[in-house]
Amino acid sequence: MTSRPDVIDQAIAREYTQGFVTDIESDTLPPGLDESVIRTISARKQEPDWMLQERLKAYRHWREMPLPDWAHLDCPPIDFEAISYYSAPKSQGDGPRSLDEVDPELLRTYEKLGIPLDEQKALAGVAVDAVFDSVSVATTFRKELAEAGVIFCAISEALREYPELIRKHMGSVVGYADNFYAALNAAVFSDGTFVYVPEGVRCPMELSTYFRINESRTGQFERTLIVAEAGSHVSYLEGCTAPMRDENQLHAAVVELIAMEDARIKYSTVQNWYPGDAQGRGGIYNFVTKRGECRGDRSHISWTQVETGSAITWKYPSCILRGDDSIGEFHSVAVTRGRQQADTGTKMIHLGRNTRSTVVSKGISAGEGQNSYRGLIRMGKRAEDARNHTQCDSLLIGDRSGAHTFPYMEVLNPSAKVEHEATTSRIGEDQLYYCRSRGLSEEEAVSMIVNGFCKEVFRELPMEFAVEAQKLLDVTLEGAVG
Amino acid sequence: MSLLDIQDLHVSVDGKPILDGISLRIEPGEVHAIMGPNGSGKSTLSHVLSGREGYEVTAGQVSYLGRNLLDLEIEERAHAGVFLAMQYPVELPGVNNTQFMRTALNAHRTANGEPPLDAVAFMKRLREQMGTLQLDDKLLKRDVNSGFSGGEKKRNEILQMAILQPRLAILDETDSGLDIDALRVVADGVNALRSPERSMLVITHYQRLLEYIRPDHVHVLAKGRIIRSGGPELALELEEKGYAWLLEDAA
Repeated sequence: MTSRPDVIDQAIAREYTQGFVTDIESDTLPPGLDESVIRTISARKQEPDWMLQERLKAYRHWREMPLPDWAHLDCPPIDFEAISYYSAPKSQGDGPRSLDEVDPELLRTYEKLGIPLDEQKALAGVAVDAVFDSVSVATTFRKELAEAGVIFCAISEALREYPELIRKHMGSVVGYADNFYAALNAAVFSDGTFVYVPEGVRCPMELSTYFRINESRTGQFERTLIVAEAGSHVSYLEGCTAPMRDENQLHAAVVELIAMEDARIKYSTVQNWYPGDAQGRGGIYNFVTKRGECRGDRSHISWTQVETGSAITWKYPSCILRGDDSIGEFHSVAVTRGRQQADTGTKMIHLGRNTRSTVVSKGISAGEGQNSYRGLIRMGKRAEDARNHTQCDSLLIGDRSGAHTFPYMEVLNPSAKVEHEATTSRIGEDQLYYCRSRGLSEEEAVSMIVNGFCKEVFRELPMEFAVEAQKLLDVTLEGAVG
Repeated sequence: MSLLDIQDLHVSVDGKPILDGISLRIEPGEVHAIMGPNGSGKSTLSHVLSGREGYEVTAGQVSYLGRNLLDLEIEERAHAGVFLAMQYPVELPGVNNTQFMRTALNAHRTANGEPPLDAVAFMKRLREQMGTLQLDDKLLKRDVNSGFSGGEKKRNEILQMAILQPRLAILDETDSGLDIDALRVVADGVNALRSPERSMLVITHYQRLLEYIRPDHVHVLAKGRIIRSGGPELALELEEKGYAWLLEDAA
């Protein structure tokens, strides 16, 4: 009979199927960071001068900041001089044009990743912005969206076409001095997505951005800004993959969401960056600042994330609940296996009266994976009758993985209520035996238990992606089972 | 051909011998009861037959419908028709009870070259069995065994057995923790499944269960060996006299 740890190791072994490299000529800046690099990036993107000045201000601030070390992560020092801060496919020039002009090699890359950019083949009702290294290469369904009044384009394009909107909103939720990686991003960000939904408009389709890192020794620093005016609705999804390389690559993004009165933003992430090999070589460092502000009364922001990739994940999608009666939600599944580490969670900052937040975090650790939930709930002085409920569950597979929970609570208003529930469980030998004695294979049993554990979160994903997320999880944890 | 033929089976756990040469033959349609004091090896026998890891067979063999049972993986034994109703059914939080049974049945069907049952056909089959076991519909919506009472867990085991229609049903202390009403319901469920093709191995500490499920043969297991075999009257004798006299005889 096989001994237990071997069987579980097999059950969680898998191939990373998005690890191929696209062979395409790139215009890549030499590694290193100084003011001339920032001026070059800004010039390539033909940005207005105020943007350059903002970048330089952020850079000067960043240089003075210490590297954060408070996360429960074992992270080797990063040499910021060894990273290239800008890389674009040569054929691309600057910014996306119509689909006919996109390099066929790039179209094939996205096709291979299961993201056809050809509108005929695309998922019905989903518009895609494809970001390849430092530039957006294509944005689909722009005409249909424009008819509804929705702006959906690359952020570099928005800086040229809608500078006033960007100037008004960018940095208003995550300022350049917010944290180390946000400051770095504010200095060197290259591309990302801009979404603007005018007052009263329900965005007619799901919007999504697909991020792909291709070049070696290159960081990806994208910036996403979503503004939902009063009474509007939008649902947005991002997906991420990268080639298998034995170096670590940095991905330091900033995402800002702004919801005005009665507006609703639903932001979903399926993150599958290359996690590194079994010995912990290579993989993406995913250090991301994501924050939404419920600026208007009765506004609603919900974050849903399925995090299966990256060598190290460090992110806390947060909500500032400023408007009265506003609602913040965070639903998360984070999987670590092999040598992966994740320190992730959320911050719910209740400022307005009668604000509500819900946090559901599901951490799954297999192999030697380490998973930490870190969450802050702050009830401000004005937050009369504010409520939070946090549910934080950890599932351990095998006996070498770890789960950690770091809840923080600050309550300044006596009428506010904060609830925190946490559980930790292990997929036991007895559960696998029970399932197998009923005729299920070990893979089916693990899949069934893990999917049962995550179903509350999968329910929150847009339907087209819930099935994908479930499959991704199966592949992540099962290897052999297709 | 016998359904199950156990010959001189020796089993150790962590190097410690638990079963010390058991031989037992079960023909199709027969119900055998295994009785014995605590620690005699009854549960070990049930887990070895179902294939649980951690039990080392040091000697002997087990033939099931002519195949070497000990060569098969746990799920292969299930597909071949071996079913163990467990003494302590395991909770599977997050896994829906109905979904679990349907997945299990379809795993059997696929392994045996039959097309999987769709949800409608499955629900029809499930409803037919629910009545006999007086199970509340609510249990179908709950997670497998999660928060079930002791009696509900045992009835849920018998429901799975009724759905999977095994050739060899092993009932490991199915009566433990049941009150007399629940015991009668479980026994009715089991009796409804008796058939000329299906054999049963009923493991129990007390004679009580055997008043409702009448065995064809009764065996007494003590210190890892079968020390006495007989007809149903042996169970009554044990009820009256306890195990002590047999143990002395054996020593």
